Amino acid sequence: MQMLEKVLAHNGLVTAFLLVGIITWLSARLSRRLTLGRVHGSAIAILIGLGLAYYGGVLTGKQSGLADISLFSGIGLMGGAMLRDFAIVATAFEVQVTEARKAGLIGACSLLLGTVLPFIVGASIAHAFGYRDVVSMTTIGAGAITYIVGPVTGAALGASSDVMALSIATGLLKAIMVMVGTPFAAGFLGLNNPRSAMVFGGLAGTVSGVSAGLAATDRRLVPYGALVATFHTGLGCLLGPSALYLATKAIMT
Amino acid sequence: MIIYGTALLAACHLLGLFLGDLLGSLIGVKSNVGGVGIAMLLLIFARLYLHKRGLLPQETEQGVAFWGAMYIPVVVAMAATQNVVAALRGGPVAVLGALGAVVVCGCVIALLNRGGSQQAWQPEAETPQDPLA
Repeated sequence: MQMLEKVLAHNGLVTAFLLVGIITWLSARLSRRLTLGRVHGSAIAILIGLGLAYYGGVLTGKQSGLADISLFSGIGLMGGAMLRDFAIVATAFEVQVTEARKAGLIGACSLLLGTVLPFIVGASIAHAFGYRDVVSMTTIGAGAITYIVGPVTGAALGASSDVMALSIATGLLKAIMVMVGTPFAAGFLGLNNPRSAMVFGGLAGTVSGVSAGLAATDRRLVPYGALVATFHTGLGCLLGPSALYLATKAIMT
Repeated sequence: MIIYGTALLAACHLLGLFLGDLLGSLIGVKSNVGGVGIAMLLLIFARLYLHKRGLLPQETEQGVAFWGAMYIPVVVAMAATQNVVAALRGGPVAVLGALGAVVVCGCVIALLNRGGSQQAWQPEAETPQDPLA
């Protein structure tokens, strides 16, 4: 047993791959069995991750969640800034520029609105609850865009770890609300043709939320929504630490 | 070679972050300004350029696609390293922030979709679908 522990601890990153693989497998099953595929497997996997981070935090009393347990220190490397940014940049490879042009003006407008509006809501609520400094407001506001934009913005601005976690929690809750709520709100949203799906993809954000939400509504709409939504994280990562941060700073000082 | 794709990705990543740092110091912000976003744009343009010249065999693409596919797992690992204990103390911020964003965006979606004149799709034909499949 001690020998096994030694192998796991000495090969931290590989242990992290195994652990995340197991989490993903488990959440895919939970997604199908418990929620009939309505809550996307990746959302459940992230929830499990946050739960493990909570467990790690309670167990060690430190700040890096599960990575503070020496057996799982490799998860800190896998989920660290370097690999995270590397993987996010790689997703840009799947963006089809010609397809994107077809999404056209309305997609771009809703994309911009879908970045700015949640940011304003998130930053205002952060301010109302006592997060008065510009970096925290921007990070939590960015988290209300997507759960990727939040930590990317926070990391760029040097936000504290608890504000980062709060911003991820905000984005994650938003994604889950979109996934679960879309099929029920489809009538109110007017979600019944490709154009409306593009508007939805731009405004609702998060690819996992949009694709899961549309799949549960009318799966023919999925590519239209996802096409616009794939730009969401990129635009947010571009605007969050730059334009939105500067605008917040200008308003607050 | 798969490594060419990964190297291309690495080049865009590093150049983007460098330009982000440069942009940050230019406008007097003590942070990286949009480095990841710039890296994404670089990768999109690099792909278009290389694709047009036929310099992008499928193996090279796989060197990038692998890392793109690793994005959710990396995010799961990132979630597992966050300071959740501290975040939960600020509970209502996350709930209200998310709920507010969803409600505001939902209303704007409804508004935009009612404004345009457009044909509604017929409801999807009955297709037997096993939810457990």
